[in-house]
Amino acid sequence: MGNDRNTFSIKFDKVCEVLDKHECSPNKLIAILQEIQEEYKYLPEDIMTYIATALGISPGVVFGVATFYSHFALEPKGKYVIKVCDGTACHVRKSKDILQTLEKELGLSGKKKTSDDMLFTLETVACLGACGLAPVVVVNDEVHGSMTKEKTIELISRIREQERQEMNK
Amino acid sequence: MYMKTQTAVIDNFTIQIEDEKNLLELIRKANIELPTFCYHSEISVYGACRMCMVEIEGRGIVPACSTKPEGGMVVHTNTAQIRKMRKMIIELMLASHDQSCTTCPKSGDCKLQNIAKQLGVDKIRFKQMKTHQELDLSSDAIIRDPGKCILCGDCVRVCNEIQSVGALDFAYRGAEAKVVTPFNKGIGEVECVNCGQCVKVCPVGALMPKYHINDVWEAIHDKSKTVVAQIAPAVRVSLGEYFGYKPGTTTTGQIIAALRRMGFDKVYDTSFSADLTVIEEGREFLDRYSKNENLPLFTSCCPAWVKYAEQYYPDLLSNLSTCRSPQQMFGAVCKEQLVKDLKISREDLVVVSIMPCTAKKFEARRDEFKTNGNPDVDYVITTKELSIMIKESGIEFGKLELSSFDMPFGFTTGAGVIFGASGGVSEAVLRFAAYSLQKGFVGEFRQFRTGDRTKVSEIEIGDKKLRLAVVSGLANAKKVIDKIRKGEEHYDLVEVMACCDGCINGGGQPVSNASNAVADRAKGLYDNDKMLQFHVSSENPYIKQLYNETLVDDKAHRLLHTTYENRRRILQDDIIINEVPENKKLEITICFGTSCFLRGAQTLYTQLMEYLSERELLGKTEFTASFCGKQCKKGPVISINGKNIEHCTLEMAVAEIEAVLRLKM
Repeated sequence: MGNDRNTFSIKFDKVCEVLDKHECSPNKLIAILQEIQEEYKYLPEDIMTYIATALGISPGVVFGVATFYSHFALEPKGKYVIKVCDGTACHVRKSKDILQTLEKELGLSGKKKTSDDMLFTLETVACLGACGLAPVVVVNDEVHGSMTKEKTIELISRIREQERQEMNK
Repeated sequence: MYMKTQTAVIDNFTIQIEDEKNLLELIRKANIELPTFCYHSEISVYGACRMCMVEIEGRGIVPACSTKPEGGMVVHTNTAQIRKMRKMIIELMLASHDQSCTTCPKSGDCKLQNIAKQLGVDKIRFKQMKTHQELDLSSDAIIRDPGKCILCGDCVRVCNEIQSVGALDFAYRGAEAKVVTPFNKGIGEVECVNCGQCVKVCPVGALMPKYHINDVWEAIHDKSKTVVAQIAPAVRVSLGEYFGYKPGTTTTGQIIAALRRMGFDKVYDTSFSADLTVIEEGREFLDRYSKNENLPLFTSCCPAWVKYAEQYYPDLLSNLSTCRSPQQMFGAVCKEQLVKDLKISREDLVVVSIMPCTAKKFEARRDEFKTNGNPDVDYVITTKELSIMIKESGIEFGKLELSSFDMPFGFTTGAGVIFGASGGVSEAVLRFAAYSLQKGFVGEFRQFRTGDRTKVSEIEIGDKKLRLAVVSGLANAKKVIDKIRKGEEHYDLVEVMACCDGCINGGGQPVSNASNAVADRAKGLYDNDKMLQFHVSSENPYIKQLYNETLVDDKAHRLLHTTYENRRRILQDDIIINEVPENKKLEITICFGTSCFLRGAQTLYTQLMEYLSERELLGKTEFTASFCGKQCKKGPVISINGKNIEHCTLEMAVAEIEAVLRLKM
């Protein structure tokens, strides 16, 4: 494929590829949604309608499945997805404080999960299985243990600085 | 083979097990009415509401609807524990229910209200969690009130299993679970066909017909307006149920009298225009049959079916009869002629339809049925709404002195009356065809009067051998159509009614607890047919007069026929796949609607992309995906710099692209 293809079109090609791979079988709906979310980082509405058309099912079924599993996102996520663990161990070690710090720092609230600059998405998870490191924060695939308010603010500033440098390049 | 009869004991009463599908049916046979929200014998068992819990000795407490009856079962339906549980479930449901019961349109026949009363729920111990939520008013036919929903899922299953539409489904999870339309759009913006079967099964006020009662009152009270009513066949054999009559009782005389008392200026019969439909459709059928063209002919009286076909079977739209439905034929003819007879302006004549149907509300608003913006039918009210208006007027329905229809649009033959039952349209058309071909009344065609929902019959009329299918319920229709498309079946005529058993079971009809209510209504219609002097539509003298005096020149075609459009399932914008800010040479739009998809749009897209990439044109091409350009029969359709290419192949697209490029050079 040429280098002049822009990203959306490559993603749409991927949708076609995923549908072909699963032979447009309605039984593979969850797998199809997973693979498509990997491309788009979320599930766009028009793509879900397209999937329904291709699978010969009602768009309502696709929407039902997509909203049932917390794994699926219906809105675009930021470049950095921050997961704050609120499992028992993290909870007793004051993960709430970390969460509030992040919300304040990123200008987010309960319903608003992604920052306006599309850089950060904040989520909570029930347990990451790293209780020894409680409280734990995961940024994309990077684990940060024994978090404090100060360390959290520092982490955010570091990412922002890194982004600034990349912009100036 | 010897089979030992099996019995079960239900509340100290021994009962024989026959072929009951589940324990709930067996308990009902023992004359115990267990409360339930989510059990309907015609749709799948869901087991969600937990109201039908019973105790089986040795097995504990189980839901009766999803338990198979077995010999030797000892069942208790009313133990102290079960009573307590049921009450608690109702309390919990009420706590998460918008309790504005006094002003709820469902009040009085709400199942939640009735069961709460039946079980003696006199207080709710839990904090109210759900209060008023915004109504979904996007549809002309159906209103959704999510605050009332109790998540029984009846609407979801009816829409999916009986109608194979799936406009409603569960979404989200746990305490957040809701019944929604796809992407939370309005129900008027998705693939809902307005049949109203969800309204019929909804135990509470979460799904209601959109009432037009106030519009009708306003027209009646406006002295400058002449307000006329048309009454559909099915209404006359069911309205009485709201006033204590048995299902199937004909109350035409009372209905007409009530409408006159309420202030309607004229009362006419939709069966009159059904006679007109029979003649037009009969001629259309005989014409197509002799030319062997566009067969099978699909009937077009049912607006829910028409919308369904427009959405899912664009390739079959030329098989759909071009005849308007009786409601719309009536509106067009009535406004054409009455305006002249009464010397009034079209705007001052208000036509009100009384229909068993919610989809008719949608149909009346279609652009095809307007003249200079003025609709042929101004308002449609359902059987239910008429009952409300009569009660509101304080009229004692049972004591009314009977009255009869106005002429000329009040005269009907029996053929026009049986339209209300599934099979009626076919029978009426066959009577007309036989009468025309053999010059005289040949007889009834009773093949289609069975209770089956897919009825197939071969009929010989003169030297013609016709193969007909009569289906009701859109899921059944889908099965028949899929076979026709695959070439496995051939029919000359297919009658489709969206609601099972036809209009008598429409979305605007009374909800009856009697198991044979719908069959009784059908019998009522066939009895009406028997009582009338004429049984073939072309014998109707006023129809003959209409053809001679009013429907001259091109008027029959203009007033009685219509066109159809390919329709998107869901309203949404196109997506730009490949965005090119400047220097663009090519703009390509490719349709990814259902029909084009099936015709290979995706393969075409992939091939085109490869081609453009080889030619190093991708940076100069803006690609847009459309979700139905409404050209479905000609798919796959793509547009290159504004030029539409139908039945497009890679070669055709490439030729056009090269032509465009040569021009630009």
